[in-house]
Amino acid sequence: MAILINKKSKIIIQGFTGKIGSFHAEEMIAYGTNVVGGVTPGKGGQTHLERPVFNTVKEAVKATGADCSILFVPPAFAADSAMEAADAGIKTLVAITDGIPAHDMIKVKRYMRRYKNEERMTMVGPNCAGVISPGQCMLGIMPGHIYKEGNIGVIGRSGTLGYEAAEQMKNLGIGISTSVGIGGDPINGSSFKDHLAKFEQDDDTKVILMIGEIGGPQEAEAAEYAKKHVSKPVIAYIAGLTAPEGKRMGHAGAIVSSKGESAADKVEILEAAGITIAKNPSVIGDTVAAVLKTL
Amino acid sequence: MNIHEYQAKEILAKFGVATPKGGIAYSPENAKDRATELGGDMWVVKAQIHSGARGKAGGIIVCKSHKEVSDAANTLLGKTLVTNQTGPEGLTVQRIYIEEASDIKKEYYLGLVFDRSTESIMVVASSEGGMSIEEIAKDKPESIIRVKIEAAVGMQSFQAREIAFALGLEAKAISRCAAAILGCYKAFTNSDATMVEINPLVLTGDDHILAVDCKMSFDDNALYRIPHIAELRDKTQEDSKETYAHDRGLNYIALDGDIGNIINGAGLAMASMDMIQLAGGKPANFLDVGGGATPEKFVKAFKLISGDPKVKVILINIFAGINRCDWVAQGIVDALGQITIEQPLVIRLAGTNVDEGMKILKDSKINYIEASTLEEAANKAVEALKDLENK
Repeated sequence: MAILINKKSKIIIQGFTGKIGSFHAEEMIAYGTNVVGGVTPGKGGQTHLERPVFNTVKEAVKATGADCSILFVPPAFAADSAMEAADAGIKTLVAITDGIPAHDMIKVKRYMRRYKNEERMTMVGPNCAGVISPGQCMLGIMPGHIYKEGNIGVIGRSGTLGYEAAEQMKNLGIGISTSVGIGGDPINGSSFKDHLAKFEQDDDTKVILMIGEIGGPQEAEAAEYAKKHVSKPVIAYIAGLTAPEGKRMGHAGAIVSSKGESAADKVEILEAAGITIAKNPSVIGDTVAAVLKTL
Repeated sequence: MNIHEYQAKEILAKFGVATPKGGIAYSPENAKDRATELGGDMWVVKAQIHSGARGKAGGIIVCKSHKEVSDAANTLLGKTLVTNQTGPEGLTVQRIYIEEASDIKKEYYLGLVFDRSTESIMVVASSEGGMSIEEIAKDKPESIIRVKIEAAVGMQSFQAREIAFALGLEAKAISRCAAAILGCYKAFTNSDATMVEINPLVLTGDDHILAVDCKMSFDDNALYRIPHIAELRDKTQEDSKETYAHDRGLNYIALDGDIGNIINGAGLAMASMDMIQLAGGKPANFLDVGGGATPEKFVKAFKLISGDPKVKVILINIFAGINRCDWVAQGIVDALGQITIEQPLVIRLAGTNVDEGMKILKDSKINYIEASTLEEAANKAVEALKDLENK
């Protein structure tokens, strides 16, 4: 079944009629994603890319039955749009937007706590490439053709490094159930741990691959969670062994500011939790292949 | 983004946090004037650089006469201070702050930060002020008080009071300390800060609370809505190449190796740096050119990297998604039509339309070494470096 999105997912696009939203909407539609409409406040009633445009997410959900949304809204308005999606009953939201203020993300996370667990939206991102369940649905900006259908669940913070891993696996004939890009910001909508839990429940996923990097406590939290609650094999690669401390490496969240946040510390923590480490970025595919052989 | 101590104190003062009186100076004469204006018979001359731990580096001088103030200014202005936060190259002092000396009874530590694991603002305090929080955590961990703030309602008075009592303050100073903590919290949330650190927060001889030193950092993503803070940016306190790159939409960090690299995506850039090290080389920089790898971006990136005297070999690693390899290849070729580079160039392209991209590179007149995988690219860059050394 994959996680978060599948063949049955009905997608709307927030920021539908803008240049970037339109471009990626066409790419997603070409991949076979069921895009049922979009939202641009003030443009409700129009038709764009042969699909209806709505003023609000609630209207869009009511008219189309949409359960997933993808956000191409500029940073200053993105937090507001994310909360609008949560309130309209969207189940999975991907926020592509890079540059959302951290104070805004704290508000979004706090706002989402007003919904009961089973009704709560899963937000993926911001500052991410999105989610893809190969062969079923693409809710993101990735090149869909490098992802082969299969049974590896992938969770990663980086876009292009995730592509690198997907292509290495494809070249070895290994496919992916769902790939989730949780994004490079310090405060994410959802974390490694959240998606480990989802992959553990997913029958289509046999092995889980985490692609982490320096900065923040998320990989260490995931290690602890995996040790206690994940029965499937977990593999991890951590980027940034050569990154200097105290410097922000491109991603807003990629900064070593306390103990346990460097790549070397994270590798140690993950290994101690029984997670298989891909030693370097060119052997991510080989490491997955080796683990698959033992199953 | 970081600001200077005196600027942070001006912000805090607006939120009701008491700070010692002081004034900024750019010359020894200036400094003497400030001391005269302040009055009194003891002053502290403080180097303004974007770093803490200035005292240990000789950046803070206590003076007992106007002559000492002007001598201290003379010593500090133009001096490069190296602290444990500046890196070995240090930062140059271009302004100094003259402050009235405070009557210090006891020093405390107060910090407000984003806590990434609880995704909330955390207030951290300790009765062991004056030391860095890292030192406190090591030597006196039991003295550290942590209070998590609930984002929906903000910091409450009782939380500030609890901290004040936990610091062991006397009754007279409790409400003053609580007010200072609440003021810092308001300054933090109102100005999109990512860090406010007051070290030391001081209890004076007459039981008042003063922020004697202060550091503030702000969220770069929020600068558009805090223009009064964005304009405080002091480029002399930043790495000049990083600033040059930042102003041109490139994400760049200088490192001390000799293999320069140009990569799209922060994660892939870090991974490529790791790969270079594994192959026996050392990366000269981190550079993420981002998604739209246009000829203009490559020209800027080439200028930045090839102009660096440390760089002996350049490695390009682009994983093209939506921006296809043929566009990227054309971008590289066009850029090299506009700028000449001396260093050997290793290029690895992957992703959408990789064959078309490779063909464009081959058919062009550019001189380069082709690589097809990440590992091969790193190995070939290190080989190229060795060839240069053997010549």
